[in-house]
Amino acid sequence: MCAKQVKKSGQDVGTTGHSWDGIEELNNPLPRWWVWVFYACIVWGIGYTIAYPAWPLINGATPGVLGASTRADVAAEIKRFDDANAPIKAKLIAADLTAIAGDEELKGFATSAGASVFKNNCAQCHGSGAAGVQGKGYPNLLDDDWLWGGDVASVHTTITHGIRNTTDPDARYSEMPKFGTDELLDETQIGSVVQYVLQISGQDHDAAAATAGATVFVENCVACHGEDGKGLRDFGAPNLTDAVWLYGGDEATLTESISKARFGVMPAWAPKLSEDEIRAVAVYVHSLGGGE
Amino acid sequence: MWDYIKLVVLGAVAVLAAIAANYAHDLAYQVNAIVVMLAAAIAFVYALRHTGEARVYPANEYFDGVVRAGVIATTFWGVVGFLVGVVIAFQLAFPQLNIDHAFGILNFGRLRPLHTSAVIFAFGGNALIMSAFYIVQRTSASRLFGGNLGWFVFWGWQLMIVMAATSYVLGGTQGKEYAETVWYIDIWIAVVWVAFLLAFIGTLWNRKEPHIYVANWFLLSMIVTVAMLHIVNNLAIPVSIFSSQSVPVYAGVQDAMVQWWYGHNAVGFFLTAGFLGMMYYFVPKQAERPVYSYKLSIIHFWALIFLYIWAGPHHLHYTALPDWASTLGMVMSVILWMPSWGGMINGLMTLSGAWDKLRTDPVIRMMVVSIGFYGMSTFEGPMMSIKAVNSLSHYTDWTIGHVHSGALGWNGMITFGALYFLTPKLWNRDGLYSLKLVSWHFWLATIGIVLYASSMWVTGIMEGLMWREVDANGFLVNAFADTVAAKFPMYVVRGLGGALFLTGALIMAYNLWMTVRAQPAKAVNNSLVPAE
Repeated sequence: MCAKQVKKSGQDVGTTGHSWDGIEELNNPLPRWWVWVFYACIVWGIGYTIAYPAWPLINGATPGVLGASTRADVAAEIKRFDDANAPIKAKLIAADLTAIAGDEELKGFATSAGASVFKNNCAQCHGSGAAGVQGKGYPNLLDDDWLWGGDVASVHTTITHGIRNTTDPDARYSEMPKFGTDELLDETQIGSVVQYVLQISGQDHDAAAATAGATVFVENCVACHGEDGKGLRDFGAPNLTDAVWLYGGDEATLTESISKARFGVMPAWAPKLSEDEIRAVAVYVHSLGGGE
Repeated sequence: MWDYIKLVVLGAVAVLAAIAANYAHDLAYQVNAIVVMLAAAIAFVYALRHTGEARVYPANEYFDGVVRAGVIATTFWGVVGFLVGVVIAFQLAFPQLNIDHAFGILNFGRLRPLHTSAVIFAFGGNALIMSAFYIVQRTSASRLFGGNLGWFVFWGWQLMIVMAATSYVLGGTQGKEYAETVWYIDIWIAVVWVAFLLAFIGTLWNRKEPHIYVANWFLLSMIVTVAMLHIVNNLAIPVSIFSSQSVPVYAGVQDAMVQWWYGHNAVGFFLTAGFLGMMYYFVPKQAERPVYSYKLSIIHFWALIFLYIWAGPHHLHYTALPDWASTLGMVMSVILWMPSWGGMINGLMTLSGAWDKLRTDPVIRMMVVSIGFYGMSTFEGPMMSIKAVNSLSHYTDWTIGHVHSGALGWNGMITFGALYFLTPKLWNRDGLYSLKLVSWHFWLATIGIVLYASSMWVTGIMEGLMWREVDANGFLVNAFADTVAAKFPMYVVRGLGGALFLTGALIMAYNLWMTVRAQPAKAVNNSLVPAE
C-alpha cells in the first residue's frame, strides 16, 4: 500500500513515504485502548440488538429475546397508576361535590390531581399560579370575584361545558352588544356611560357626563350588569363597581369594551377530561382562596 | 460564442424572474424572484462588460481568488450568524424583544432558522468550500478544475444564502429543521453542490501526487453524501410554480425518519466529516508536524462514514418510530464513539513533539481546543443517543447545549484557526497583524462556549427532571410555564456566553482586515509544485 517506508531519526516509527504540500504521515499503529474500546462497543452492540427489537425483516423486525416494547412499558406504567387510583377515583365521582372538601382523603387526592390537571390544561390561559392574565380577559381564579359563580358546583359546570364555545350546547352563554360598531349608541352616549362606569368604580371622572351616562346605563346596561352595576351571574356579566377588571378599567379600554364588546371563550372540557379529573380540578380551583 | 450564450441565458433568467415575481402567490416567493432578477441582471452587466476578453487560466498557478473570497464570506457570514444567535438567545430570555412593530419579521420563529442556516450553511458552508478549494489544490499540486467553475460555486452559494435568509423572515419555509429552504432554493442548492463536486473531483483527477491525501477523503465523502441527503430529504411537490410552498412526498413517521436521517447526517457529514478534512490539513500545517497515524486515519474514516448514516433514528426515540429503528439508531451511535475519537487522537497526537507551540502560538491553541470540543461532543452525542439518557435529555436545552459545544467549539474554532492560517498566505503577508488579538479571541470564545454549554446543561437537566416529576398518585407536578420561568437566569447566562463568542469573532474580523490592510505584501509565489 505504501510506496516506501522512511525512518526519521529519533523516532521509532517511520512515515508512509508520502508528502502532500509538506504534510507527511507517521506509521504509528492504532492505539491499543482505542481498538479494544471499539471492539467492546461492537460486541455490546451485537448483544443489544439480540436482546432488543432491532433488525428489520420482511414482515416486521426481530423482537429481541427480552421481549421489550416501549409501547407496552408506557401502557403498563399508566395502568399501574390507574389501578392504584381507581378506588379513590370511584369514590370521588360518587361523592357529593360539596362534601369532597370535608373528606380529608378525597380532598388530598383531589387537590394533587386537580393541580396536575390545572397545570397541564388550564395554566395556558389562567397562568400556572391561577392568577389569570391582567387586562387580557383571562380571569383571576384566586380572588372572590366570580363571573359565573364561585361555589364548587358552578365551577364544575363551567369547566364541564365551557363558556361561549360552539362545541357544547350547554356551554354558558351571553353576548354583550357591540354598542359602537352596531351603532346602538352614538359617541357622546358611549363617552358619557364610560364616565358613569368610572364614577361607580370610584375612579376620576367628569361628573356632568357621568350624570348623563347614568341614564344611558339604565336604558342599556342594567339588564345584564344590574341596576347597581354589580353584575349578574346569570349572564356572566362582571361587577363594574370594584377594582377587578377583566380587560381593563381605564377610560380607553372601557370605551373599546362598550364600542366593540367582548366575547371571552372557554372550551368545554368534558370531551377531554374524565369526570374525576373535572371534579378534582373544580375542587382545586375552589380551594385556591376565592371559593364560595 | 460562450460569452453570447452566457448573455442570453442571464438575460432570459432576469426576465423570467421578473415575470415570476409578478405572478407570485406569496411575499417570500416574490422577494426571492426579485433577488434572482437582480442577481441575473448584475451578472448580465458584468458579462457584457467583459465580453470578448481572453480567459487566462494559468495551469501552473493555484486558483486562489475564490479562496480569498471564501475567507471574506466565511468571516462575514460568521459574524452575521453569531449576531442573530445572540439576538434570539436574548429573545428567549426576554420575550419583549420579539418586536410587535416588525410585522413578525423579527420574531423568534422567523429568526431561528435564519440563525441556524446562517451559521451552518453560510458560515460553515463557506468555510468548507473555501477549505476544500484550498486543500484540494495544494495536496493535489493541481489548479482547481473547471476554469471559472469555482466562481460559479462561490457566487451560487452566496445567492442561495441571500434567498434563504429573505424567504425565512417573510415566512417561506418547509418546516424541516436545517432543511427549511423552500423547493426552488433546494433545486438551486443541488445545482451548485454538483458544480462543487465537479470542481473537487476534477482537481483530484488532475492531481500530480500519486496518492489522495486523507483530508480529501473526508471532503469528498462530505460532498457526495450531502448531495444524496439533500436531494432525498427535499423531494416535494410544489403547490404552484409561482408559490414557495410545497408538499413533501413522505408522510407521517416516514417523513420524520427521512428528515432525521438527513438532519443527523448533516451533522455527521457537513459538520463532522467536512471539518475533519479541514483539521487533517490545517493542524499538521500549522504545527509543522506529520500526521500521527496513517492507519488510524484509514480505519476511523471508513468506520465513521459507515456508522454515521445509521444514527438518525436516535432523534426519534420514544415517538411513533418503531422500536427496532430506535434500537439500531442508538446502537450505531454508541459504536460511532471510537471512530469519532479516531479523528481527535490523530489531531491531538499530531502535536506530539510540538506541544511547546501551545505557549507561543494562539492559532495552534485554538485548533487544540477545537479538537478538544470535538472529542467532548462526540462522547456526549453517543451518550445522549442511549434511550435511557435520551428520555431525560430529549426536547430539553441539553440538546441545544450539545449542538453548540460542537458547533461553537469544534466547527467555529477550527474555522477560526483555518482563517488565521489562510489570510496571511492568501494575501502574501508575513504573518498575522496581531497574535495578541488572536489570544483575546481565543479566551473570549472559549469562555463564551463554557458559559453557553454549562448553562444549557443546567437548564436542560433541570427542565427534563421537572417535566417528568410526578407525585405519589402519578400526577405531573409542574406546568410547562413553571419550567420556562425556572430557566430564566440560565437563559441570560447563555446569551452572555453568545455575546462573548460574537465579540471574539468581531476581534478576528478586525485582525484579519488589518493583516491585509496594515502590512506590506511579500513577493508572490503562487506557482504549484508537487511535494514529492
